[in-house]
Amino acid sequence: MSDALLSVEGVSVRYGDFSAAESVSFSIERGHIVSLIGLNGAGKTTIVNTVMGLHKPESGRIVFKGEDITSLSTEKIVSRGLSLVPQGGRCFNRMSVQDNLLMGSYPRTARKKAKQTLEHVYELFPVLEEMKKRPAGTLSGGQRQMVAIGRALMACPDCLIFDEISLGLSPAVIKDIYNRIIKINREEKTSILLIEQDTKRALGASDSFCVMLKGRVVLSGSSSEIDPETLKKAYFGI
Amino acid sequence: MYFVQIIVNGILLGSVYALLGVGMTMIFGIVKLTNLAHGEFIVLGAYLATVLAPVLGVDPVVTLVITVPLMFLGGFLLQYFLIGRAMKKGNEPALLVTFGLSIILQDVMLMVFSADAQHIVASYSKSTVKLGSIEISVLHLVLFAISLISILSLTLFLRYTYIGRAIRATSDDSDAASLSGVNINKIYAVAMGIAMASAAVAGLCVGMKWTYYPSSGGSYLLIAFVVVVIGGMGSVPGTLAAGILFGLAQVIGGANYGLLISYVMLLIVLVVRPKGIFGK
Repeated sequence: MSDALLSVEGVSVRYGDFSAAESVSFSIERGHIVSLIGLNGAGKTTIVNTVMGLHKPESGRIVFKGEDITSLSTEKIVSRGLSLVPQGGRCFNRMSVQDNLLMGSYPRTARKKAKQTLEHVYELFPVLEEMKKRPAGTLSGGQRQMVAIGRALMACPDCLIFDEISLGLSPAVIKDIYNRIIKINREEKTSILLIEQDTKRALGASDSFCVMLKGRVVLSGSSSEIDPETLKKAYFGI
Repeated sequence: MYFVQIIVNGILLGSVYALLGVGMTMIFGIVKLTNLAHGEFIVLGAYLATVLAPVLGVDPVVTLVITVPLMFLGGFLLQYFLIGRAMKKGNEPALLVTFGLSIILQDVMLMVFSADAQHIVASYSKSTVKLGSIEISVLHLVLFAISLISILSLTLFLRYTYIGRAIRATSDDSDAASLSGVNINKIYAVAMGIAMASAAVAGLCVGMKWTYYPSSGGSYLLIAFVVVVIGGMGSVPGTLAAGILFGLAQVIGGANYGLLISYVMLLIVLVVRPKGIFGK
């Protein structure tokens, strides 16, 4: 745990009487990619939203860069260096692509480097520079996802969380986006947490994994050493 | 020439109506709240200018240097500590808070300033200039300039500053804005501050153009509603366009039919384009 950049320690979340996550623990080391995989309703997004301060846990704590961030507000968590690319690439539809990206550099820590980071984002996603004046609402699903990734990168995060990035996208676009995620991790040493349902793709990209089922982590380990049969049983709960 | 004179008067007057709606559209579009106290904020702005101009011995327009920041601060604090807290319990409690505020403000103004009609007089209030065969009131030109500068400044602020972008982003998707590091409660407070600052400017303009009383807020609120709905909730350029349409309707219809034409326009917009002319 000592080398961990982000640690989720025994986090439980409830929505009224419903327990959405129970004693969930995992950690991400600096520069690593971790995938959190599971079926729909397994509690993955609940955990991510809790890490980002959108939900408050009933118990447990979240530590980022050695600081307990459990009770911090979302904007403070973002300013500490954690960024989320939300499900469906939620963009500001009425704003231009460039304004969407600049919104990512809203935290004061990121503003000084905004121009430089914007150039870097355009290098990573050249199509966004071509479309910088277009309203984000007019883009395709894949392009919107690129805007969302670019916006998260504009905050110069130490850790990036991708929530079901492949949802609703074509296989070719997913492959392209995954290649860019790996590039971000390798070139910028940004730690990454991938939330996925597609186990093959997630394991192929990550160093380690956790499988969630019905709000609990039921299996974790190194992505390269997992036995497919054990993974299947844990994933489906059979 | 009479027709041109009417159009010019309508446009000049319309800019003041647009100003009445600017604060309302900010709160509608960003905070998603109907601010029932907006009319009283405008009247408060008018009273502040009325009191300050003779005390400081300056032109009423100069009082904006004090009233705009003062009202901005008031709006910020009001949203952050009162309306924002009510909003956590739902939209209805927040709506009731603004209703309560409108009653309290009206009564306080009645106690302090009495029910007598007031009017802000400037040295150029009755002057006119001739442009060819068209005669234009200097006051109308001053009010037009104030309105245009205010609306243009607000548009540039929203488009090119970090806070302006955050305001637009919050209006689009507040959760996504929060994930970009925006403190939503502070942005709501800034939006209310801007709404009240615009009410200070609108108050000065209506005070210079018409007479007003502590109970005038209701009629300004109604005009603001009409302008905002026709222009499109949350759209500043839409508010300007709708204000000018409203102004033209008043000049063309006169005292008898002006309001009627405006309400018919409102009904047509609601049927044909419910989101308003510039609404998205």
